[in-house]
Amino acid sequence: MSEVLVLVDHVDGAIRKPTAELLTVARRLGEPSAVFIGRTDHSAGAVAAVRKYGAAKVYLVDDSEIRDYLVAPKAEVLQQLAVKVSPAAILVTSSFEGKEIAGRLAVKLGSGLITDAVDVQEGPVTTQSVFAGNYTVRAKVTKGTPIIAVKPNSSAPEESDGAGAVEEFRATISESAKSARILASEPRQATGRPDLAEAAIVVAGGRGTGGDFTPVEKLADALGAAVGASRAAVDSGWISHAFQIGQTGKTVSPRLYIAGGISGAIQHRAGMQTSKAIVAVNTDADAPIFELADLGVVGDLRVVFPKVVELLAGTAGGISASVGTSQPEA
Amino acid sequence: MKYVPDATADRRFAPNNTVDRESVDGLLSELDEYAVEQALRIKETSGNPEDVRVTALCVGPEKGIDAVRKALQMGADIGVHVTDEAVAGSDAIATSLVLAKAVEKIGSPQLVMCGMSSTDGAMGVVPAMLAERLDLPQLTLASVIEVLDDQVRIRRDGDVATEDIGATMPLVLSVTDQSGGVRYPSFKAIMAAKKKPLETYSLSDLGLDADEVGHSAAWSEVVGTTERPPRTAGAIVNDEDGSGAMALVGFLASNKHIRGAVEHV
Repeated sequence: MSEVLVLVDHVDGAIRKPTAELLTVARRLGEPSAVFIGRTDHSAGAVAAVRKYGAAKVYLVDDSEIRDYLVAPKAEVLQQLAVKVSPAAILVTSSFEGKEIAGRLAVKLGSGLITDAVDVQEGPVTTQSVFAGNYTVRAKVTKGTPIIAVKPNSSAPEESDGAGAVEEFRATISESAKSARILASEPRQATGRPDLAEAAIVVAGGRGTGGDFTPVEKLADALGAAVGASRAAVDSGWISHAFQIGQTGKTVSPRLYIAGGISGAIQHRAGMQTSKAIVAVNTDADAPIFELADLGVVGDLRVVFPKVVELLAGTAGGISASVGTSQPEA
Repeated sequence: MKYVPDATADRRFAPNNTVDRESVDGLLSELDEYAVEQALRIKETSGNPEDVRVTALCVGPEKGIDAVRKALQMGADIGVHVTDEAVAGSDAIATSLVLAKAVEKIGSPQLVMCGMSSTDGAMGVVPAMLAERLDLPQLTLASVIEVLDDQVRIRRDGDVATEDIGATMPLVLSVTDQSGGVRYPSFKAIMAAKKKPLETYSLSDLGLDADEVGHSAAWSEVVGTTERPPRTAGAIVNDEDGSGAMALVGFLASNKHIRGAVEHV
């Protein structure tokens, strides 16, 4: 069976949830090989984690030479590995970085590229959701090695014991790949909430918050959810761009999306319309978000959200066992 | 820059599974306006604005000339429109090839500026592909840009961190909608734009063959498109009587978003 290369998305060796999803998808296409680019002294945990999700092999690539240089060197690593092992496919997370690596890799390898896949089946045949969710597109790569960037939360990670045979891989990095350098990096401040792109539940606020995100945050915490925001809220300076959901922010596809005071402009819908279930609370009964909502509440989030939190607190058993962020279901 | 179908219109696919560009009005991709704006600001704040030339480049259908005109009205100095029937249906890989050849033909720009992604395909990969093809450093997704002599430093919200990245020109730079508001062309600017040089290139002008690009040469293929069935209209509850929160909790419980019995719902 051919290898399927999976680029491990991690922070200091802690693998991010989308990597487990990619490995699960990779098993449908061949034998998953995880590619860990990072500090070798951070690799032990990552190796154990990817093995748990079925990695038959783990390529360890020491990044000491390329740590400060973003995507270009990572594309070179994958290119050289791909030439060596002729994989059946290469999977990366459809994040900003993942997509750029995939783009450069596609040009290098002369291979087709599909981004923002929400499903990948044998073939590989991918599914994408386009035009603000009005169309579902099935596609396949017709030239070279299929390179596929898969959206987080597209599939539930399934555990499977992999052999996890570790093999060190050394790539030769060109000088030109090291031409853009990271000068400073400030990790996103930990909020204690799950990562927006990975969260199973997202509670987002827009113009209707009036600038006060407290009700949004409290509901998020009651549900173990991540906080998000619309562009209107970000442009008003109420919350940092890091929380923005939509075309120019994060795209999310959680199991449940709760939109408070968000009208549902097309740019916002582009970032959340693949959510499995959508609840909208908005004072404007004509807001387009209601067209997407499985449940629409015409009302003020500043009234409704706190009451929901209260009701949830009343069901203490329910809350303490509220669905966590790391247990994707269904 | 990309000429795209208006995102607020009903966009659909043509029978060959490419984007139907005929039935929907097109315009300059909103996200590319930010790149034009930042290019103009870099020009205006440089020590010698007269010596800095902003060229607006668009690969697209004949009507794509409108996107180039818009950039000229905003203040770009020269317009270049690459249009050729064979380009229709090109994927991102082929588009980046045509763009790279056009950039080379235009000259050796110090900065190749792009929007962060198009508003139709929205892959967000063309700037990186262009950097790869031109063998230039890439500084992408900039929200803040500083230019000092031949050094460019940007700030961006990465996937897990806020980063400052720097490189030496020439380079490829992509900007987000956080980079700064976009100017509206004044009447005077609109009139002035009519006199600005505007060039049109065909594929052969770029030394490319028709079979290297376009729908038939695409590196990936759409095998099927399905219009999403309208989402079954969900329940709408009016909170006037205060029942909204209860309905929401009921929804959470019945869909197992919260565990355990929620007995009083």
